[in-house]
Amino acid sequence: MPAGQTAIEAKGVTKAFQSSGSDPVKALDNVSVSIRENEFFTLLGPSGCGKTTLLRLIAGFDFPTIGEILLYGEDIAPLPPYKRPVNTVFQNYALFPHMTVAQNIGFGLEMLGKPKAEVERRTAQMLKLVRMEELSGRKTSQISGGQQQRVALARALAPAPKVLLLDEPLSALDYKLRKDMQIELKRLQHETGITFIFVTHDQEEALTMSDRIAVMSKGKILQVGSPRDIYDRPSERFVANFIGDTNFLEGRIASMSGREAKVKLGSGAVINAGLPEGFSKKERVTVVVRPEHADLIQHGGKADLWGKLENIVYFGTDTHYHLKLDGGAEFIIREQNSRGGGAGHAVGDAVGVALENYAAQVLRD
Amino acid sequence: MASAQESAALAKTKETRDSWLLSAPALIIILFAALGPLAVMFAYSLMVKGDYGDVKFGEFSSEGWFSVFFDRDIFDDTVTLADAHLTIFWRSVKLSLYTTVLALVFGFPTAYFIATRPERSRDIWLFLVTIPFWTNLLIRTFAMMEVIRNEGIINLLLIWIGIIATPIQIMYTDTAIMMGMLYVYLPLMVLPLYASMEKIDFRLVEAGYDLYATRLQVLWRVIIPLVKPGIIAGSILVFIPSLGAYVTPRLLGGGKNMMLGNLIELQFGQGRNWPLGAALSITLMAIVMVAMLVYVKQASKGTSSHG
Repeated sequence: MPAGQTAIEAKGVTKAFQSSGSDPVKALDNVSVSIRENEFFTLLGPSGCGKTTLLRLIAGFDFPTIGEILLYGEDIAPLPPYKRPVNTVFQNYALFPHMTVAQNIGFGLEMLGKPKAEVERRTAQMLKLVRMEELSGRKTSQISGGQQQRVALARALAPAPKVLLLDEPLSALDYKLRKDMQIELKRLQHETGITFIFVTHDQEEALTMSDRIAVMSKGKILQVGSPRDIYDRPSERFVANFIGDTNFLEGRIASMSGREAKVKLGSGAVINAGLPEGFSKKERVTVVVRPEHADLIQHGGKADLWGKLENIVYFGTDTHYHLKLDGGAEFIIREQNSRGGGAGHAVGDAVGVALENYAAQVLRD
Repeated sequence: MASAQESAALAKTKETRDSWLLSAPALIIILFAALGPLAVMFAYSLMVKGDYGDVKFGEFSSEGWFSVFFDRDIFDDTVTLADAHLTIFWRSVKLSLYTTVLALVFGFPTAYFIATRPERSRDIWLFLVTIPFWTNLLIRTFAMMEVIRNEGIINLLLIWIGIIATPIQIMYTDTAIMMGMLYVYLPLMVLPLYASMEKIDFRLVEAGYDLYATRLQVLWRVIIPLVKPGIIAGSILVFIPSLGAYVTPRLLGGGKNMMLGNLIELQFGQGRNWPLGAALSITLMAIVMVAMLVYVKQASKGTSSHG
């Protein structure tokens, strides 16, 4: 992860929209986040969480009600979009239908008043970068969705912005193309060295592409961290629930030492769990365990939890075991399939659950 | 296989024939109400004029067409250009062009304003634009007179404020005709402009701003090319009726500021020169057709060369 200079920083940004008749709706509520240079930074959250609003504030299409947006230390919040060295790849691409592919790509440079020769040279360079040289003379209505996506990228990258904003750019593509474009985007970010701010509601997309992720909900940023941080050590129930499949176990902190705690569950079982700061002994907590961080144990083996196997779902690459734990909680275990494996368990069996080291994590509710 | 294809093709032809029949009423109307009278008019333009109007049937002459462009001196038969007619041609074209440009200048922001309103209030604005259509043209023109005459609202207001001491003569000038036509034909510009603006994806405008285009550049490079079909349609809808306008120049222009419509009416009425009237009418139509051809060709060329 590049630990460079701060490229973009939001400081205490609130954006309120006046809704008819009632109180203003806060699309963003006192959000502060700093995004580093050359970083692939993702704003992740469900629709209506404020991620697109934050992007629009950075682009300049909207202005914050309160707060500052700093670009390399300079407050750009009051500037109109055409005075910000920031470009956007729009969700529906927003390519100019009355221009060719090449004219679309050259538009930004032309508006910056660059000489014709430079516009042409740079346009050719961009066409090559996104591998669209053959289609430079086509109208944008005559090319496919994936190609439009590339043109939108080239157009936004052509003026060499300090920061590139991407507003759910892959959501309109089909699965296969989306996978290809994810790799393409990473390549472009690597080759251009430009800071990317990527907005998505797709957690898988966020995990595979990002250097860091900010998970948002209801106008607030809940957690910022690397994909592994966010996945393995979610700080809040919402984050754990939004990203990946999750098991939640209710319990009470029995003892704590440093960043670890022993949590006594409702069933009486005691498990070890990672502990964030700010918890006290005897406190009621939720513990999160990812389904792939637990193993199924045959009756009589050594296990942390006990229960009954209720359902087995085969997924090709892996198998999901649905358990009802002693004490009533539901629990899912995911085990990778190997050739000839997977036998030996049947619905109705009494089974045990062994947690891997550091599998369990205490959550703020 | 072949028979299936054949029957499909047969069904297709039948379908085409049936749908062609649907256009029969329109074709009949065009034949009897447009092409027929045009042929009659063309025939009249080639006949000798009657002494008290009408024409002498069967007696042919090119005099009608000749006097569209030339004057023959009553005494010595010297031929000169028909200055009076050419002046009226020129005034008609000029005033119609001005009216079209002004309608575009006033209509564009109006249409943009309406297109950017929330969906629900757009209908109300469109409704307001169409209200003038409910009133008779004659009444609207008299209303315009009330506004611009020497003792009218504009002059009284300007005198009351103290900007002028004596009324400005607006009535019976070209300006009056233009104001009248602008007022009457403005909705014909606003509606097609609105129709094409409403279809604009305003994210394209945001994309323009994002790519360093200023407001003016976004207007020229993004909005105007996208609403071009509306501009073309609106211009045609304003220019054509302006060129043939009759009531407005008659009332607001007085006797001496004639336009083509008035000149034609004069020939069929007091002038008692039906062949000339018919020739003038066809000339007007020719001007309109040439102007439209040139305009549409230019406009579409502009679009394709642009990208």
